[in-house]
Amino acid sequence: MAGSILGNRVLRKEDPKFLTTGGKYIEDLNDEPMFAGALHVTYVRSTVAHAKIINIDLSECKNAPGVVAVFTASDLGLEEEASGFNAAAKRAHLAIGKVRWVGELVAAIVTERPDQGEDATERAIIDYETLEPLIDLEHAMTSMNLIYEECGSNIVMGTVEMGMPDNTGDELFKDCEVVVKGRFMNQRVAPCPLEARGSAATWIDGRLIQWISTQHAQGVRNEVVKANKIDAEKVRIITPDVGGGFGAKISAYSEELLLGNISKNVGKPVRWRETRSESMVGLGHGRAQLQYITIGGTKEGRVTAYQLNAIQDSGGWVDVGTVLAPFMTRPMAQGVYDIEKMECRTTSVVTNTTPIVAYRGAGRPEATAAIERAMDLFAAEIGKDPVDVRRMNLIPKFMQPYATKIGHVYDVGDYGTALDKALAVAKYSEARAEQAERRKRGDKIQLGIGVSVYVEITGGVDPMQEHAKVNVLPNGRAVVYTGTSPHGQGHVTSWAMIASSETGISIEDIDVVWGDTDLVPSGGGTMGSRSLQHGGAAVQKVSIELVDEARKLAAKLLEANESDVVLDKNTGAFHVAGTPAISKSWSDIATAADTKTGLTQEGIFVASSATFPFGSHVAIVEVDTETGQVKHRRHIACDDAGKVVNPLILDGQIHGGIAQGTAQALLEEFRYDQDGNPITTNFADYTFISAAELPSIEVVHMETPTFVNPLGAKGIGESGSIGSTPAVQSAVIDALLHLGVRHIDMPTTPERVWSAIASASA
Amino acid sequence: MKVSITVNGKEHHSDVEPRTLLVHYIRETLELTGTNVGCDTSSCGACTIHLNGEAVKSCTMLAVQADGDSVTTIEGLAKDGVMHPMQTAFMENHGLQCGYCTPGMVMAAIGLLNENPKPTEEQVRMGLEGNLCRCTGYHNIVKSVLAAASSK
Repeated sequence: MAGSILGNRVLRKEDPKFLTTGGKYIEDLNDEPMFAGALHVTYVRSTVAHAKIINIDLSECKNAPGVVAVFTASDLGLEEEASGFNAAAKRAHLAIGKVRWVGELVAAIVTERPDQGEDATERAIIDYETLEPLIDLEHAMTSMNLIYEECGSNIVMGTVEMGMPDNTGDELFKDCEVVVKGRFMNQRVAPCPLEARGSAATWIDGRLIQWISTQHAQGVRNEVVKANKIDAEKVRIITPDVGGGFGAKISAYSEELLLGNISKNVGKPVRWRETRSESMVGLGHGRAQLQYITIGGTKEGRVTAYQLNAIQDSGGWVDVGTVLAPFMTRPMAQGVYDIEKMECRTTSVVTNTTPIVAYRGAGRPEATAAIERAMDLFAAEIGKDPVDVRRMNLIPKFMQPYATKIGHVYDVGDYGTALDKALAVAKYSEARAEQAERRKRGDKIQLGIGVSVYVEITGGVDPMQEHAKVNVLPNGRAVVYTGTSPHGQGHVTSWAMIASSETGISIEDIDVVWGDTDLVPSGGGTMGSRSLQHGGAAVQKVSIELVDEARKLAAKLLEANESDVVLDKNTGAFHVAGTPAISKSWSDIATAADTKTGLTQEGIFVASSATFPFGSHVAIVEVDTETGQVKHRRHIACDDAGKVVNPLILDGQIHGGIAQGTAQALLEEFRYDQDGNPITTNFADYTFISAAELPSIEVVHMETPTFVNPLGAKGIGESGSIGSTPAVQSAVIDALLHLGVRHIDMPTTPERVWSAIASASA
Repeated sequence: MKVSITVNGKEHHSDVEPRTLLVHYIRETLELTGTNVGCDTSSCGACTIHLNGEAVKSCTMLAVQADGDSVTTIEGLAKDGVMHPMQTAFMENHGLQCGYCTPGMVMAAIGLLNENPKPTEEQVRMGLEGNLCRCTGYHNIVKSVLAAASSK
């Protein structure tokens, strides 16, 4: 008997479509009959960062060609609603009385064609009384000019305010021989999925049907229900192909939540699609965390105390970014190290900038970057190799749950092996020798080597479960319904592989359905690297149960005892053990179950806990000491995500994460001027990373299965960004250590690198 | 304005507004939606097509400028249900994830090999600088292009 299909490099089922006709993204649904006669919505956005609205005059917009209707908040009957994360913060989907960031929605214009909307928005006249723009995070934290007056402060969440222990300051380090402090800005970045947001809405027989480019249709449904004040069964959300999300398309935004209301008002279907420039200020941003670290220990390199004080920029709304620092960064602050004394305080602060949301890693890259940079600073201070210092402090291999000081329980870990594997492929000693040579010669181009060791948390956000349904049709084909929501992750292939490995039905004969809430009412979507360990595990569990049910039916058809009936997974047929010649196919069984609908099994997999993937990255860069230009030469990544279902897809996830992590380390930053005007609102100004700035990635495989789910799988979607960012940043700094440089904030642009060299030598 | 443009081997006679971009003509008038729009600034290359055999960003030119020309889009690559070697290479090397940049990337990659049939990895990376992808980290895209080049 052939082995399981799981673990094999299976090519993606979804690819032929994408490669020949292209995907069907929201803008491609022109043949959707429910869109017939659709009007287009364009939003008037705030052009100032912080202001009172004195007057909104849309009269000229109404006269513009093609304009059907214009709406302010009051026209749509909108009211301010409280944030789910801080009830004192309230705003409406169109601004009422005040604007809080450039790009916030002020009014909606409905036109016959999309280009008419763009022209008409130019005619809107908004009188603002400007208020102090609060852009600097630390200034906003202490300012009494409040963005949300009812909060009484610009601090909208904090670990101390929530009753967690405060940091004790320098007292924690009184027994340390060596103490080093650092201030790191984990800068604001833009997620930049290649497909910007888009949505369409229409009312049919009292039901709101809405198409949206999202990572989580069921979550969006709940938001649409709330926004339209209707029952859940009155809403259907449909997810077309989605051109990337990276966390920023988890929740629905005001632009999307208004469409049902607008459609009802104009009595026609409506469509909305943002431009890239709009997306750069309208789609949530990521990271934006200021970190103060103190690390202390012995002169030999044993770290005994670590303290992180993280100040999280929430942006102009108390969105999900607010909770990432306390609930994602803080739990992972200890990283892979056995540290006796450990403290972390986080404070989330609103500013007059685009709201912060989840972005690939969402709080964990920040935790890893902080402690990995701290380790490097400590190593530099005591004059030791950063790898040696890490080895001295790593939590030893554990295959039973390990409780951290900060109060998390890691499932399994073998950090030392991951580090060894990455270093071996990197030829670490040789790289250090070459670096020493270049330093000795005083070369213009210096070599830098950055090392990170990380652990992260995946599948750690409620609900830690997923729904699946498998339906075998009378013709023998199977349809898998999943609550996860692929947008590049290849679930069509992986879920088919999992169902195939249990049922013996060929993956060509298995279809996967997701993202339509009428077909899949329950689901947690795709985020937080949860899909395989929750959704894949659910497909596996339900497939096993389906086979059990099928065996009962096969026993009846074969007139045999159920316990004697076996499934031949090579042929996908049931027979009595020992007599394979007489068998019943899946088609026979599905037809026997119900001649129309076939055989269906449905269920939920509940995970007992999160999982904690880990790994080690080594980055080798060249830095031009005269220009500050950095060239990323080699990137070695050993990421352990447990048992691998499809190594092709696993590697792809790692590559993508590394590119985004490298982009943050070297190039990308979403920036504002002092008045709060965004100055990186297109791909050219934002310096979106391209193929030219990256090396090929050297992936080193390591599989330490988790016991948390029967697949033995942990998440891999975000590991690449978590491990790579500090490795690349540290490599740049490492190239300049001998010149006295100890830290350069990301992105390590030529200007910053050049300035760091200049000030170190001054 | 009246234009005559041959797209994927078929001649189309259309009346277009002078300001219509070629990409909008392809997507909206001809309803060939494989070609995508990813940015406003000709930075991303998602809209890359072939104009008289050469890879161009179809958001950088007007439909009227293509009058009398021959355009190939992603939909025109496969012949009789058989994918172009570049499409096959992308499939075999996992050169795509969400698929949004893919049509433009494939068209740009074919254009690259037309100009330089045996590029080095560095030349592929420099050659695809104008086509952005957020999912793959470019690793498997570069691998796909090199595989397509070596299979020639």
